[in-house]
Amino acid sequence: MSTVSPRGAHWPVLLTLAVAALAVLVPVLWVVAGGFRTQISLLIGEFWFTPNLASFQEVLFSKTSEFLSNFRNSIIVAVVSTLLVLVAATLGAWSLHRMQVPAWLRHSLLGWTMLFNTIPPITLAGAWYTMFRTIGLDNTLTGLILAHATLNLPMALWLMAVFVSDVPVELEEAARIDGASTPLLLRKIVLPLVAPGLAATAVLCFVFSWNEFAVALTLTTSLTATVPVAIAKFAQDFEIQYTQMAASAALSIIPAVILLLVCQRYIVKGLTMGAVK
Amino acid sequence: MTTTAIADASAAREERLWRWLMLTPTGLLLALFSILPILNLFALSFLNVAWKDGRAEISAAGLSHYAALPSDNLFRAGLFNTIVFAIFAVLGQLVLGFVLALLTSRVRRGSVIFRTIFILPILIPGIVIGAIWKLMYNPDFGLINQMFGLVGLGPFDWLKSSDTALMSVIIVDIWHWMPFCFLLFLAGIESLPQDVYEAAELDGASWWQELIYVTLPMMMPTILVTAAFRIIVAFKVFDEVYLLTSGGPGTSTEVVSFTIYQRFFTEDRAGYGASMSVVVIFIVALMLVLALAARRRTGAAT
Repeated sequence: MSTVSPRGAHWPVLLTLAVAALAVLVPVLWVVAGGFRTQISLLIGEFWFTPNLASFQEVLFSKTSEFLSNFRNSIIVAVVSTLLVLVAATLGAWSLHRMQVPAWLRHSLLGWTMLFNTIPPITLAGAWYTMFRTIGLDNTLTGLILAHATLNLPMALWLMAVFVSDVPVELEEAARIDGASTPLLLRKIVLPLVAPGLAATAVLCFVFSWNEFAVALTLTTSLTATVPVAIAKFAQDFEIQYTQMAASAALSIIPAVILLLVCQRYIVKGLTMGAVK
Repeated sequence: MTTTAIADASAAREERLWRWLMLTPTGLLLALFSILPILNLFALSFLNVAWKDGRAEISAAGLSHYAALPSDNLFRAGLFNTIVFAIFAVLGQLVLGFVLALLTSRVRRGSVIFRTIFILPILIPGIVIGAIWKLMYNPDFGLINQMFGLVGLGPFDWLKSSDTALMSVIIVDIWHWMPFCFLLFLAGIESLPQDVYEAAELDGASWWQELIYVTLPMMMPTILVTAAFRIIVAFKVFDEVYLLTSGGPGTSTEVVSFTIYQRFFTEDRAGYGASMSVVVIFIVALMLVLALAARRRTGAAT
């Protein structure tokens, strides 16, 4: 909903926006198209080409390719870490903002999450690596799940704090007077009211876990590698298979594109709200 | 009377229990995987760790790791490049993001289409963005050199020349994160009070005057806060550098996150890498405190 200008858009405005939109879209589309080319077609840079699926087949089904297992790892890590974050953040936000947790604790906890969120994840990767190695969680999906959950927790906690604060106090009090216990209150009143916020948080946590590379690179081996780690390997090979790199890049952005088309509203809400705090 | 008092007391006790119980998952995650690792890093930064046959051989290093940092060329280059990178990348994101937000806010119908397209890069994995632009910059068949070729220039090996490598990485980062500034600015512009614009219109202000005297001043707090936080977050840059240049050629695109990765993991110098991590965490924390203090002051002023 745009209400700023009563004059509406003139063609220079639309033209500039269209150019910018092309600058965003063309690199992505060009690489996706590259996945459908043959190596020769890409190398000689021919403009018109006959699409073929060889690179995709190679990436997905060749014996030497582990892309499907990478895909599975990514999905497991993203889904489980997101669930973990949602549970922790929802309960934590309600407790911090609605249950008279001492102010000093609330402030220091939120202050800490803010600092933690600005620290480059790679600085912690070393410590996670040594810790997980000590307790036998190195190179496991569990270790990566815990790391991703921790990385996404600050953002989730702030987002859920906003949504939880929107739950009317009167509703809560009414439920209390009727004798509702805390779990019942959460299930019957809070959860339905924060559901849209929960969805926004979930989408962002999923995407950020799916995209995360630095920590995944340091905490996994080939068995537990996620999609970004696999793509990095493609690009680092001595003889780069450009079309396969393009094909795997194309495959890896499928979840993001689906989420963008299906729940853009939640993404926008989550991104803008998370930043305002 | 007494029974309700007892019931109240037990309800209060139960609520207290729930309060802490509900905070436990968050508290555990943060304590075990954010506070403990940082303490761990701090301790590690005073030690030498060598892996022999899968066992760690640990010896005291005292302050030697910290003492070695100032003369570490890679670390110095990393810090310097990260600052250059942060300033120019964030500047580019802010200007482009603001212009596009301003223009999109003027579109009456179809602005959702532009918004959808502009958000896309935020959702793409950083490593894939690296892959996309590695292909784009390729001297043999990359789209950028093809376009330069149309006007008879090039081909240039953008990522392999120390003159253009850092700039090339900065452009990729602008492409990646401009959308985020765009979203914040668009939300900000759309929530500006309408009556100020009506007053400006009545006074016969041109769109340029409207921008300079109305929109920009009202958006300034948002712009400054966004700038401060984007600069701090720019210290996280890793994925694109890892894939595009690996810090090279020479040290021309070496950034701190990448230096830490090299020292800690590639060279297996855990103690030294930890000391570097501690210093970077300290710098980031300092910048965050300054940014928050500045925000509080501007917040109090407006």
